Amino acid sequence: MDLILLAIGCIFVNNILLAQFLGNCPFLGTSNKMETAVGMSMAVVFVLVMAGVISWMVDHYLLKTLDIEYLRTVSFILVIASLVQFVEMFLKKSIPALYAGLGIFLPLITTNCAVMGVCLINIKEEYTFVQVLVSSFSYAVGFGLALIIFAGLRERINIARVPKPLQDTSIGLITAGILSLSFFAFKGMV
Amino acid sequence: MIESFLFMLGIGAACSIVLSFASKVFYVYEDPKIALVEDNLEGANCGGCGYTGCSAAAQAVVAGQASPTVCVISSSREKVENIAEIVGMPIGTAEASLSYNMCNGGYRATDKYNYLGVMSCKAMEIVFGGKRDCHIGCLGLGDCVKACAFGALIIGKEGFPVVDDDKCVGCGACEKACPKNIIEVRTLSEKLLKMNQQNDPLAPCSQTCPAEIDIPRYIALAKAGKYKEAVQVIRMRNPLPLTCGRVCPHPCEDECRRGIEDEPVSINQIKRFVSDFEMESGSRIPIKCAPDTGKKVAIIGSGPSGMSCAYFLRRIGHKVSIFEAMPKLGGMVRYGIPEYRLPDKVLDWELDGILNLGINAFTHVRFGKDFGLGSLVASGYSAVFIGIGAWEDYDLGIEGEDLEGCFTGINFLSRISQGEKLELGKTACVIGGGNTAIDCVRTLLRAGLEKVYLVYRRTRKEMPANEVEIVASEEEGIDFIFLAAPTKVVGNDAGHVSKLEYLKMELGEPDDSGRRRPEPIKGSETLIDVDTVITAIGQSPEASFKDQNPHRRLTELELTRWNTIENDPEVLTTTIPYVFTAGDAATGPSLVVEAIGGGRRAARSIDMFLKGEKITPASDSLRQKRIRESIFEEVKGIEKIKRAKMPELPVEKRLDSYVEVDLVLPEKDAIAEANRCLDCCRLCYNPDKQQPFV
Repeated sequence: MDLILLAIGCIFVNNILLAQFLGNCPFLGTSNKMETAVGMSMAVVFVLVMAGVISWMVDHYLLKTLDIEYLRTVSFILVIASLVQFVEMFLKKSIPALYAGLGIFLPLITTNCAVMGVCLINIKEEYTFVQVLVSSFSYAVGFGLALIIFAGLRERINIARVPKPLQDTSIGLITAGILSLSFFAFKGMV
Repeated sequence: MIESFLFMLGIGAACSIVLSFASKVFYVYEDPKIALVEDNLEGANCGGCGYTGCSAAAQAVVAGQASPTVCVISSSREKVENIAEIVGMPIGTAEASLSYNMCNGGYRATDKYNYLGVMSCKAMEIVFGGKRDCHIGCLGLGDCVKACAFGALIIGKEGFPVVDDDKCVGCGACEKACPKNIIEVRTLSEKLLKMNQQNDPLAPCSQTCPAEIDIPRYIALAKAGKYKEAVQVIRMRNPLPLTCGRVCPHPCEDECRRGIEDEPVSINQIKRFVSDFEMESGSRIPIKCAPDTGKKVAIIGSGPSGMSCAYFLRRIGHKVSIFEAMPKLGGMVRYGIPEYRLPDKVLDWELDGILNLGINAFTHVRFGKDFGLGSLVASGYSAVFIGIGAWEDYDLGIEGEDLEGCFTGINFLSRISQGEKLELGKTACVIGGGNTAIDCVRTLLRAGLEKVYLVYRRTRKEMPANEVEIVASEEEGIDFIFLAAPTKVVGNDAGHVSKLEYLKMELGEPDDSGRRRPEPIKGSETLIDVDTVITAIGQSPEASFKDQNPHRRLTELELTRWNTIENDPEVLTTTIPYVFTAGDAATGPSLVVEAIGGGRRAARSIDMFLKGEKITPASDSLRQKRIRESIFEEVKGIEKIKRAKMPELPVEKRLDSYVEVDLVLPEKDAIAEANRCLDCCRLCYNPDKQQPFV
C-alpha cells in the first residue's frame, strides 16, 4: 500500500517536471513532436531506473561505509555518465532495435538534471532499495506523462494563431505554467 | 582530503576500465565511409533532412537510402561532390532542387465562404477543402512560409507564396506543409520534363499550347519589363522562340479568355518581341544544364522535333549528337519555310544557341545510307530519336505530272531555299490550299513571275492555310481559282508544261471533317496557260531509310499506312524499345510547335528509358485536352481594348526580295499588348474593371 502511495506521489503530486521543475531542457526541446516525446519518455524510464539503482548502491556501499558523503554529487555525475555510455554501447551491440528507437535520446540524458535530481531525492528521503526502484520508475513515468501531454498541446499550438512576440518557446513556457498549475490540484492527495 | 582524492581516482579508474572493456566487448563494425560522409555534412544535427542527426543521415547515404544532397543546409557544391565520390554515386544524382509555386491566383481568387477558424492552410483545408472557389488554388495562409527554416518563402502581395531561389535549399519542408500540393520542390530536370496535368493551375492558353509553355507567366514578366526572364520561361518548354514567334499559327490565341468578349491577346507577338529582344541585345542568356549523366543519345533529323528533343536531353545532362541529311541544320523549318517568313540568319542564331549547350551536330549524313541503327548502337548511343519529318510530297496522280516545269511543294521550297535557280517562266499555278501551297505562291511572286494562280478544289473558307498567310498572299497579288480539280497537265512539243486542265466543282454534302465535299461538274473542263505547275497537296515521311540498309533490327520498326512511324502518341515509343520518335515523322505534317512539344515528350521518355525505368505517361496527362471548369462561356469585367497591329513591310517593297515581311512590335506596343493579358489561372483572372458585389 505504501509503495502504491509512493508511486502515485511520484507520478502526480511531486511530478518531476511540473512540480519540481527539473529536466526543463528536454521538456521544451523534445516536445515539438509526439513521436520524439514518446521516444524520449521511454529512454528516460530506462535510464532513470538504472541510474537510481546504481546511485543508491554507490551511496549505500561506498560513500556511507567510507564516510565520504560530501562526494555524493560529483561521484553520481561520474557514475551516471559512465552508465549511460555503457548502456548505449550495450544496446547498440545486443538490442539494435531498441537502440534504433532510443539511440539519439540516450546522450541527451547523460547530464540531465531530472535524472540527477531523482537520484539525490532517493538518498535524501532515505528510501530502501525497493522504494528506490518504485520511486525512480514512477518519477520517470511522471516525466513521460507530462512530456506527452505537453507534446500534444504543442502540436495544437503549432496550428493556432499565436501573437508574434509569444510564438514558439514563449507560448510553450506559458502553457507549461498552466499545465503545472493544473498538476497542483494533486497536492495533498498523498 | 587524501581519502576523497583516492576515492575519486578509484571510481574514475573503475568507470574508465569498465567502459574500455565494454567498448571492446560491444564493438560494432561501422562502415568507415559513414565517418567520411559525416565529415562532409554540416554537423549541425538540425534534423532538417528528416534523419535523426548528421550521423544517421550519413548512415542513410552510405546505405543508399538518401542522395548525396541529403543535407538541406549545406550550400556547398564541393561537399556534395565529395559525398558523391565517397559513396561512388554518379554525380548526376546530385542535382540541386528548388521550390516552385505554380498557382498565381492568390487574393484575387473568389471565396466560397467566410472563414473564421485557425489561420493555417492545413486547418482550413480540412473544412470543405479550403475557402477558395478553385479546388487546387493557394489558400494563402502561409503554412509553407512557417515550414521554411531558411526564410526563402514569403506570401507575396498578391497572396501566393514567392520563392527566393538564392535562399531555397530544396529541403522539401514547404512541399510537405502545403495541403494543396501547389508548392513543389523539383530539380531542373524534373521541371523541364513536367507535362501538363489535369490538376495543374493552367490558363486555357497554356492548356492549348502543344509545347505547353507557361504563357501567363512570361507575359507577366514581359509586362514588368523583364524580357530576358520571359525568354527563360519560354525556353523551359520551347527551345525555338524566335522561330515560333514568326511562324506559329498560335492555337493558344483561339482559347484566350479575353477572346471571348474582345479580340484575343496577341500572345505570339509578345513571344516574338521578347525573343527578338534577346537576339538584338547581342548577348545570349546563359542556359542552365543539369550535371552530366554520361549517357549518349543520337538524334536523327535536326528539325524542330529533333532540335527540341536534343535541347531537353542536353539540359537534363545527357550527351547528344544530331545527324542531319541536309547541308544545314533546321530541317523543315529551314528548307520548308521561306526566307521572307523566317530569315536564315535568325534561324542560325537560334540553332547556334542550342548547339552551344554542348551538342554535336553532323550534317550531310543520311540515315539508312551513311549510318544505320547498328552503327549508332556500336558507337555507344543508348537511345535513338528519329525525327525525320515529312518530306515526301504527294502527287496528284494525273496525266502529265512528270513534264518539265512540274514541281512538288516541299521539293520546290527546299531547292529555292538552297539557292538553286529554277526556270519558272512567267505564269505558274500552285495546286493545294495549305500553308505549303501559300508559301509556294508567295515565293513564286518574289521570284518575279507575272501571274500566279492557286488552284484549290474547295473555297477560301475551307482552306487549311493560316488566315494571315492567305491575306498576305492576297495583298501580294495571288489569283485564286476555287472549286477546281486538276485533271491533266498539257505539255508543248519540247516536253515542257504549257497548260493545266481542270474540272469545275460544286460543294455537296459535308464529309467526316465537317467540310462540304466538292463534287465535279461534268463537262466543265477548262484550260489555263501556265509555265510552271507546283503540286502542294500534302506530304508524308520519306521512309526509304528502311530499304536502303536492310538492318535486321530496322525491319522491326513499323510504319503506318501514311508512312509515319508507328508510335504511342503519349510517350512516343516505337516498336523498337530504344527508338523514339516525334514531329511530322510521328504525326504526319503538323505545326512546328507540335513537333517541339513532341520532342520534349520524347525526351522525357528517353530519360526514363536511360534510367532503366518503365516508360509511363504522366498521370492525368492533359496533352492539349481542355480542363472543363477553366473554359468559360462569358468573361466578366472586360473592357474592349484594341489588339496591337502587327507591323508589316509595305506590299510594294515585299516582292523585290525575300526580306522578312512580318515585323516585330515596337516595345511600347508589346507592353500594351502584354497589359491586355488577364493573367489567367485555372479559374481566376485579373479583370479590367472590378465587378460590383452581387
